[in-house]
Parts: sequence; structure tokens; C-alpha cells
Amino acid sequence: MKRLRRWLIPLAAVPVLVLLGYGFRVSPRDIPSPLVGRPAPGFALATLEGAPLDLATHRGKVVVVNFWASWCYPACYEEAPVLERNWRGYRERGVVVVGVDIQDKREAAVKFVGDFGLTFPVVQDLKGAVSVDYGVYGVPETFFLDSQGRIRVKHVGAVTDDVFRTTVDRLLAEAAGP
Amino acid sequence: MSRVAIAVLIALVLLGSTGHPTAAQTAKPVNEDLVHDIAAQLRCVVCQNLSVADSPSEMASQMRAIIRERLAAGESPADVQRYFVDRYGEWILLSPPRRGFNLLVWLLPLAAVVVGLAAAAALVWRWTHGHRGIRPPPVAVDAAMSERIRRELEGRS
Repeated sequence: MKRLRRWLIPLAAVPVLVLLGYGFRVSPRDIPSPLVGRPAPGFALATLEGAPLDLATHRGKVVVVNFWASWCYPACYEEAPVLERNWRGYRERGVVVVGVDIQDKREAAVKFVGDFGLTFPVVQDLKGAVSVDYGVYGVPETFFLDSQGRIRVKHVGAVTDDVFRTTVDRLLAEAAGP
Repeated sequence: MSRVAIAVLIALVLLGSTGHPTAAQTAKPVNEDLVHDIAAQLRCVVCQNLSVADSPSEMASQMRAIIRERLAAGESPADVQRYFVDRYGEWILLSPPRRGFNLLVWLLPLAAVVVGLAAAAALVWRWTHGHRGIRPPPVAVDAAMSERIRRELEGRS
């Protein structure tokens, strides 16, 4: 009995320590999206130039949907040239890049697009409906859609050349089929 | 806790009274309290520890507008909540749903209270009942000392 009691208090600390250890290993900012693997929500919005853009028209292609905002410094500023470069490099192979500008002013967005010389289509999600449909919780976030219109990868933070190429190459290879 | 209960109550009342929305009902006016109740259970995604109801951020106000729109379209509060959970996962809910592993969060404090009360009761019982009948062993006093005590006590009176 005495021996048991001597160990009781240190033993009680074990589950607490295990929980703490688990808690410290998990980042509260790292939230797995339930949307990965599911069909991408459709949207039809106007581009900054006023042209209509419907995601459904790009069905069958690998689509990169990038959520950004002009006030999102520095991450969106870092990835803008990356997206433009890879869009130019991959558009011949049927890859589409769509920018979705959220929580932003039109003028600021137009200036951002002009400053970086972005040539891929950029739409504005003024009401936030598309951002919520995609479960966006910050900018930038990028969704890689396969040729069947499913979300395959969600990338949080600035997209790098490496992330873009590895992901898109994989999806293109899949689309080509064995 | 109570907010959840209220929301569930409202949901039940609404479901019971309106049933399935018809075309004529789809544009019904939305109860702002209901919008607030739903928003209060959702985590503001761009904030730290704020609900969608309490956050002044643009994202939260857009989310409140989406809640309002969906209710106006005839969705039940449970439908609206499910829409957000489908997109953000259970993470979006400020109080974890009471099932599976999450039950631990709800039951552990209760278990701790029960164990604590039991331990306190056991200790109190032992302090009050445990030693009854056991007298402290008589202290050995030699004859000279007891004689001296007796004399001193007599001398005083």
C-alpha cells in the first residue's frame, strides 16, 4: 500500500505529460482541409477586366486556384512572380492559373496585377462566398485541381517554384494516364 | 453550453413550425438573433479565439452575410453549421461536438470533480471517524514527577 502510494502521484503526471507532448507537437495553425480529394466548388465571377470566368469551362485541365489579396505582404508579393512564371511555362500544356482576389479593393487589386505584370485571369470574390466555399482561412492559399475537377493539394502560404512544378507535373502525368 | 442549447431549441422550433420550406417561404425574413447564435458557435478563421459573431474582421462579416443568406434561402441552422463544417472541418466549431474522442473533453472535468469529491469525502471521514476509540498511549511519568505535580497543584489552591 505504501509503495503504491509513493508511485501514485508521479504516475498521475504521466497522462498530463503525454497530453502536453502531443499538444506541443501539433500546430494549431496546421488545419487539414476536409476538401482535399473532393470535387472543387464551382464558381462564376467577373475578372478584374469585367469578363466572366466560369471554373466549369476549365474542366478537364489541371487548374491552379490561388487566393490572394493586395494587402497580403510579403507572402502574396513573393508568390506573384512565381505564379506568373509558371503560368507562362505551363499554359501550353493546358494548365490554367486563376487568381481569386479576396477582401480587397478593386483599385488596389488592379495596381497589384499591373505591378507584377500578371497575365493569368484574376477574379474578385467581393462577398467572400468563394473563399468560404473553399474553406479559405487566410491568404495566400492555393488549390491544385486535377483534370477531373477534384481538389488534390491545398498549399498554405506562398507557392514556390518547387511546389508548383512538383504538384502540377504529378497531376499532368496522372491526366496523361498510363 | 447554454448558447448551444438555445440554438438547438430554436432549430427544433423552426423545424417543427416550418417543416420543409416552400417556394413562397424561401425569401422569409431572417431572425438576426438566429444569425448571431450560429455565428457565435463558429470560429473566426482569421482571428485568435474569437467567434464569427464577435469579430470585426471583414472575413467574419462576410461569413455572417453567408449565414443570413443561407437562412433566408430556407436552410435550417443545422444545415448552415454543416456547410461550414464541410469546408473547414470541425475545427471551425468553437465547442467540439460531443462524440468520439471529443467526449473526453466533456467527461474528463466531470470525472475529475467526482474523483476529487470522493477523495475529499474519504479524507474527512478518516479525520472524523478513523481515530475514534484509539487513545494516545499513556505517557510514562515517574513517581517523583507525579508527586511534584500533585504538590504544586495543591500549593496553588
